[in-house]
Amino acid sequence: MKAAVIVFPGSNADRDAQVALRQSMGSEPLMVWHKDSDFDKVDLIVLPGGFSYGDYLRCGAMAAHSPVMKEVVARAGKGVAVLGICNGFQILAEAGLVPGTLMRNANLRFVCRDVMIKVETSQSLFTAKYEQGQPIRIPVAHHDGNYYADDDTLAALEDRGQIAFRYCDAGGRVTPEANPNGSQHNIAGVYNETKTVLGLMPHPERLADPKLGGDDGRPMFDGLVEALS
Amino acid sequence: MRARVHVTLKNGVLDPQGKAIEHALGALGFGGVQDVRQGKVIEFQLAESDPKKARAEVEAMCEKLLANTVIENYAIELNG
Repeated sequence: MKAAVIVFPGSNADRDAQVALRQSMGSEPLMVWHKDSDFDKVDLIVLPGGFSYGDYLRCGAMAAHSPVMKEVVARAGKGVAVLGICNGFQILAEAGLVPGTLMRNANLRFVCRDVMIKVETSQSLFTAKYEQGQPIRIPVAHHDGNYYADDDTLAALEDRGQIAFRYCDAGGRVTPEANPNGSQHNIAGVYNETKTVLGLMPHPERLADPKLGGDDGRPMFDGLVEALS
Repeated sequence: MRARVHVTLKNGVLDPQGKAIEHALGALGFGGVQDVRQGKVIEFQLAESDPKKARAEVEAMCEKLLANTVIENYAIELNG
C-alpha cells in the first residue's frame, strides 16, 4: 500500500499519522504540502488533525479550497480511500466529501481526553480489523467536534449504515453522558456513501502503540494496509 | 461597490455560543433577553459596479466559501 499525508499550514498531527502509517505499512508514507496538487498515485490519503489556516472563517473552510484538495476530491471521486482525522474530518465536511458539519462543542469547552467509541460496522476498509459493536478507547482533542446534519441527512446516514463510530461508555452503550461534544446521535465518525471516505473526530493515530498508553487505534491502520495492498 | 455579508445560523440549529451570551447578559442584570443567536459580518470592496452582476458574484462567494449552507444562512447588502 502507498499512502500520503497532506500537510496544511497549521496541521499538527501530520507526524503522528506518519508514524502510525509507517508502523503498519513498514514503509514511509508521502508527506504532501498543501500547495502540491501533483503527487504520486497512492491508495490512501490522510488529512491529519490540527488547526489548518488557524481555523479562520470556519474550521476546515480554508483548507477545503486549497490546491491539494481539488486533487483529493478528484481522487476520492475515483474511489481512492481518504481518511480525515479531527481537523481532517472538518476539512472533508467543508469539501463536501462527507455529509454534515462540525460545530462548536455544546459545552463550549475544548475537550482533550480519551473517549470510548463504538465500532458500528466492521464492513469497511477502515474497520475490518475491529468487531462490529466493539468499544475502543481513542483520544479526542477538539473545540469543534459537535456533529450536525439536518434530519433528512441523519435519517439517510442511519439507513445506509454510513455512521462509522458513536461515542459510548466502557460497556459500549451509546448514552448522552458518553457524548463529549453534543454530536447528534453521538456521532464520532461518518463515511461517504461508498464507505471509501471516513471522517472522524477521535485520533486513532495517537493511540496506535502500547508505549503511548494503548493501541486501540492500530487496527484501523493495519486493516487499511491489508485491504489496500 | 461595497458588499456586506451577514452569516447567521439557520433556525433550528443549536447555537451554544448564543446561549452563553444570553446567560452572560442575564448575569449582568440585562433581563428579558431571549433567543440570542451569534453570527458574523464580512465586508469587502468589489471592482464590479453593476449591482446585478455584483450580487450574483457575492452569492457565488457565499455558496462556495463565506457560508456553510448546511448550518448557515446568508444575507447580502450592496452599497455604492
